[in-house]
Amino acid sequence: MTAVWRSGGLAVGVSAALLTAGPPDHLTAQDTSAIGRGVRIGIIYRPGVRPGMVVLPVHAPALDSMRTIMSRDLDYSDRFELITLPGGDSIRVTTAAPGARPSAAGGTGRGTGGGGAAAATTLNYPLYQALGADFAVAVMPAPGDTTIVTVHDVAAGGVRRELRARLPALKDPGFRLVVHQLADRVLEAALGVGGTAATRVLFVMDGKVYTIDQDGADQRLVSSSDHQAMSPAWAADGRRFAYMEFWQGHGRLFIQEVASGKRAPVATTGQALDFTPAFSPDGKTLAFSRATEEGTDLYTVNIKDGCCLQRLTVGRFYDNLSPTYSPDGQRIAFVSTRAGLPQIYAMAADGTDQQLFAPFDYGATGSSNAPEWSPDGQTVAFHRDVGGTLQVFVLDVRTRAVRQLTSVGRNEDPTWAPDSRHMAFVSDRSGYRQLWIIDVETGRIRPLLQKSGARLPAWSPRLPETASSTP
Amino acid sequence: MKRLPLLLLSGLVVAAMAACGGKKPETTVAPAQPNADSLAEIERQRADSAARADREAKEREEAERDRQRRIADSLAAIGKSTEAVRTLLATMIHFDYDKALIRGGDAGVLDQKVAILQANPALRIRISGHCDERGSDEYNLALGNRRATAAKQYVVSHGIDGGRIETVSYGEERPLASGHDEDAWAQNRRDEFEILSGGESLKQP
Repeated sequence: MTAVWRSGGLAVGVSAALLTAGPPDHLTAQDTSAIGRGVRIGIIYRPGVRPGMVVLPVHAPALDSMRTIMSRDLDYSDRFELITLPGGDSIRVTTAAPGARPSAAGGTGRGTGGGGAAAATTLNYPLYQALGADFAVAVMPAPGDTTIVTVHDVAAGGVRRELRARLPALKDPGFRLVVHQLADRVLEAALGVGGTAATRVLFVMDGKVYTIDQDGADQRLVSSSDHQAMSPAWAADGRRFAYMEFWQGHGRLFIQEVASGKRAPVATTGQALDFTPAFSPDGKTLAFSRATEEGTDLYTVNIKDGCCLQRLTVGRFYDNLSPTYSPDGQRIAFVSTRAGLPQIYAMAADGTDQQLFAPFDYGATGSSNAPEWSPDGQTVAFHRDVGGTLQVFVLDVRTRAVRQLTSVGRNEDPTWAPDSRHMAFVSDRSGYRQLWIIDVETGRIRPLLQKSGARLPAWSPRLPETASSTP
Repeated sequence: MKRLPLLLLSGLVVAAMAACGGKKPETTVAPAQPNADSLAEIERQRADSAARADREAKEREEAERDRQRRIADSLAAIGKSTEAVRTLLATMIHFDYDKALIRGGDAGVLDQKVAILQANPALRIRISGHCDERGSDEYNLALGNRRATAAKQYVVSHGIDGGRIETVSYGEERPLASGHDEDAWAQNRRDEFEILSGGESLKQP
């Protein structure tokens, strides 16, 4: 049972036959005789077909909110086909005790399972299989303030995993994050991959820094001063972020704690125009751009000890800016105008071995800016001027192949989700500039925030349990 | 209908009479002529001297008023000159898209600033570079920096001490025109010049 789902973009997936029960129209292609008789490994060609997922209705206010948030998270993972039960969410689902005759729409049973966790050990699996579900998720309260989330493997006819969490009160500011984390654990239990539900996106609007949950809820102001802010950037631990503020003609960098909202200026900056901060993956170093009369160049500063300013580039007649670390911390991709228009370059983290990174045709390719290295290290997203408008591109680090990802409207400032598959960016495709999210593998696009003027997004890593965004 | 003109006419007559009545108190009664005796003569001389004193006092007052007016005028002239120089100094220069080269026509604008800085040695200024919204937000900070630096380098190359000029870039963060067309963009691709210190009273170059 160690087989892992290869769904979505991979045309050919290797998986256990037990897990392959798909929507009804694919049943003919499957050998269901193996169920209950062990594991069969095979290669199944299912282009674009994702496993079906049903999140069972629950009739308790907080748990219903939780179910709604979790269903949306699982949908936004773009890894499941979310299945709506016949009759919608109004039906009551009975989780049958072992041996009892299961009923999907029984009027007498309580969805909350009177017997506690033990009652959730089985479902009417053939019914859910007929509905096209590969997985079913049941949410139940347990004694105390514990909530149990059971991930059923419908095809195998058993419980895949039982997750327990202490759910804060519905009004608690930490409620949503705990639910998002449960959704990620469900995804991990079902498919063995990490999710992006427990993440937030920092962005700038009207000169202030905000966060918003990746599902578009819970927008909060996090910058506290009246100074115009730009370029928020997360630390890899998800506990801190950096950003720049204009201070009487200077650009000052600040590092702010997520939990406490406390911030401190970065040492050795503040006398010049410092901007585009980027944390090294180990969190000890901050790389940034500094504009002086000599031009703009890249520097690093040791933020642990507040010392040791180091200059990485020396461009007397050109600019170097917008650093982004590779996830192993060895390399920095950045923008340089050394060849005329800004293009994407890379160098070792100490400034040596500078070279062109994203190939371009001199005199033909437009300006390229705003690079961000993906968390898996394999790609660098950036935007490039195509015929006078900006479009999001992805550079394959190994092959140096460049692929255009967007074409509708103006699209800029891409930022990777921790799964290296989803990306937030700014687009005016709806008529005004707002934040969008794209699943790079399926091309599915959804708005993150439908407010004009939101820009410079920065997607967080998976947020730690204790992270609270109280400003 | 026929009575209306008549009514209007009678109304006018009443108004005219009222106007005459109002003027009557203004007609002054002629003063009684003094007798031609010595007492009257003394009285008249005294009156004459009082009148002369009055006249002299009035002249002195007038002269003082004149003097005050001249001072005020010259102060205003100084103020006007400071205001004119300030306006001249604040004249912006503009740039082509994604360029930081001083345009030919703007060299003259910068020459004026050189002259003002030469005529006012205590003057310190800040040049801020700005961009339109079309480029990348963060790249525009670097571009704005180059625009501000280009103007500073021009002024410094014409003999002004670089320590008197600060530069800063606001990228596209502080647009002047809010439109989304070439007209607005052209206005927003600019250098602004502001006084940091020494601008209380400015001499014309």
